[in-house]
Order: sequence, then C-alpha cells, then structure tokens
Amino acid sequence: MVKLRGAIKVDEERCKGCGICVTACPFSVIALQKIEVNNKGYNFAYMANAEACTGCTSCATVCPDSCIEVYRVKISD
Amino acid sequence: METTDIIKPENLVYKKPALLKDVAMHYCPGCSHSTVHKIICEVIEEMGAEEYAIGVAPVGCAVFAYNYIDVDMIEAAHGRAPAVATAIKRLQPDKLVFTYQGDGDMAAIGTCEAIHAANRAENIAMIFINNAIYGMTGGQMAPTTLLGQKTATTPYGRRVDLNGYPLAISPLIAQLDGSCYVTRQSVHTPAAVRKAKAAIRKAFENSMAGKGTSLVEIVATCNSGWKLSPVEANKWMEENMFTKYPLGDLKNV
Repeated sequence: MVKLRGAIKVDEERCKGCGICVTACPFSVIALQKIEVNNKGYNFAYMANAEACTGCTSCATVCPDSCIEVYRVKISD
Repeated sequence: METTDIIKPENLVYKKPALLKDVAMHYCPGCSHSTVHKIICEVIEEMGAEEYAIGVAPVGCAVFAYNYIDVDMIEAAHGRAPAVATAIKRLQPDKLVFTYQGDGDMAAIGTCEAIHAANRAENIAMIFINNAIYGMTGGQMAPTTLLGQKTATTPYGRRVDLNGYPLAISPLIAQLDGSCYVTRQSVHTPAAVRKAKAAIRKAFENSMAGKGTSLVEIVATCNSGWKLSPVEANKWMEENMFTKYPLGDLKNV
C-alpha cells in the first residue's frame, strides 16, 4: 500500500502565530510554540506531531501570511 | 522517515507564490486580506498574467496591496477604484484589470462607482472584502455591520431605529444587466480558500473575455476590530455573518 508522508517548513520570522493552521490541520500536526517567540514576539507554528503529517497542504492553503511550505513523499510498504 | 529526509526540493508541493513579495505584511495576525492577496497571486501566476495584470486598490487596510502583490498597481481615491479601473480597461482592453476594495470602500463611499461600473458592463473584476467593520480606522460601524454587532461607534450593538439595516452589495450588483458573475465566498477553511480561488479565476477570465463586470465578495474576518482571536473570529463569522451573507453564486451568465 502506498502511504503519504509529509512535512512542513515554517518561515518562523514571517509567522504571526494566528493559529489558523492549527485548526485547519486534519491530523493535529501543528501547534504554536508555548515559550519560544520570533523577532516580532509571536509564538510561531511548528510541527508538534511530525509523524502524522500527510502533506495535504491544508495548513499552507489557509495560512494568511504564506509562511508554510509543504513537502510530500510516497512510501510503498 | 525523518522530517529532514522529506524536506527536499524535489518533494515540494506547496509554497508561497512568487508574485507575493517577501516583505512581511502589515495585516494583523489571521487577517483575511493576506489570504486573499495570496490567492490573487496564485491565480495571476496560473493564468500567466504577470505581465498584463493591473490592480487598483483604493483606501482601506488593503491600501498597501501594491507593496505585496508584484504586478502593476494603482492606488485610487477612496471608493473610486471602479472608475479608475474603467479608464484603464477602456484605454488598454488587452489588460487584466481588477479592483480590490473593502466594505468601507465599496459599500459606503464608493457604492455609486461600483454600481455604475457594473451597470455599464465594464470588463473589470471587482474583489470586495466584506468584514462588516471599518478595520483600518479602528473598528467603527460600517454599512455592512450586522444588527446587534458591537463596534467602536455602536458600543451597545447596531440598532435599526438609529443605524438602519446592513447593506448587502452583491444582490444589488447581481440585479444589474451589466454584471456577468456575482459570487460570495470566504477564506476561513482550506475548502473555502480553494472555492474563492476558483471564483477569482473565473472573474479574471470573464474580464479578459469581455463578458461584463464580475464581483467576487469575500466574507472576511477582522479579528482586531471584532475583538476576537483569529480562530474565534472565523467561528463568529460562520455563526453570524453567513446568515446575513450566505455563500454561493448569485449570478453566473
């Protein structure tokens, strides 16, 4: 069976920590940093649960600041 | 498989459109304007219209759209974007001309220009961001503000006897013979963003095909003006805005 694995790269300085990607992600992959902030003082988004990402691009599609890049690979068992 | 093994150029499936400049946008976190900017850039790229697209942004939060969208842009006087776009399209009919207006612009000071441009069947695409508030000036009541909605100038909620009813622009434009495509979309979920993108693409194609005026209304959030978090603002919009401004095509000829 072919399985999809994905990963996102967040432009941390561009991210404003709005959290819309967190609710848009169907697999609860993304979370906002709790303590760490970027130069503007925002708690930026990161992959908290990287194993679950399928590279569906939902987060990047809704990201208002276009700071998410999505990568996807197919893995055959 | 490690994340670092997946993040390689050959596996890239989604990235920021090249037309969207690298500068950080001045919009508040979670603002719908930024999302709409992104899908406009994507549509222009997909159409290959980078060289012949001209945007007109009048006054509002999106007045700085020219800083972010890397096509030719003109800034019009408040509300006068359809009039400026009319001139551009008549002088250069082979260009893709679109306006980008907020609700304080199209539903208040620029209603006259918008309605008459649509009535003259100008071949322009109008993008109308409706967030039911004057976001740029500090959250005052707009004509599109919902009944009972609290704003800086209606602290106890909008009242019919004092402030009248919310104004829905899209049905007004849809009844004019000059408009060819009128739709209402939103950008709060991935599915909504894709639908809005398809709508903007159709509006731009209509502009190039000379079919008449297209209006794409985007029901948007203004989380700063509404005093909500971005995620809560999306929820509030779904619960309240969509009853007065239901999504879907109003006219498609």
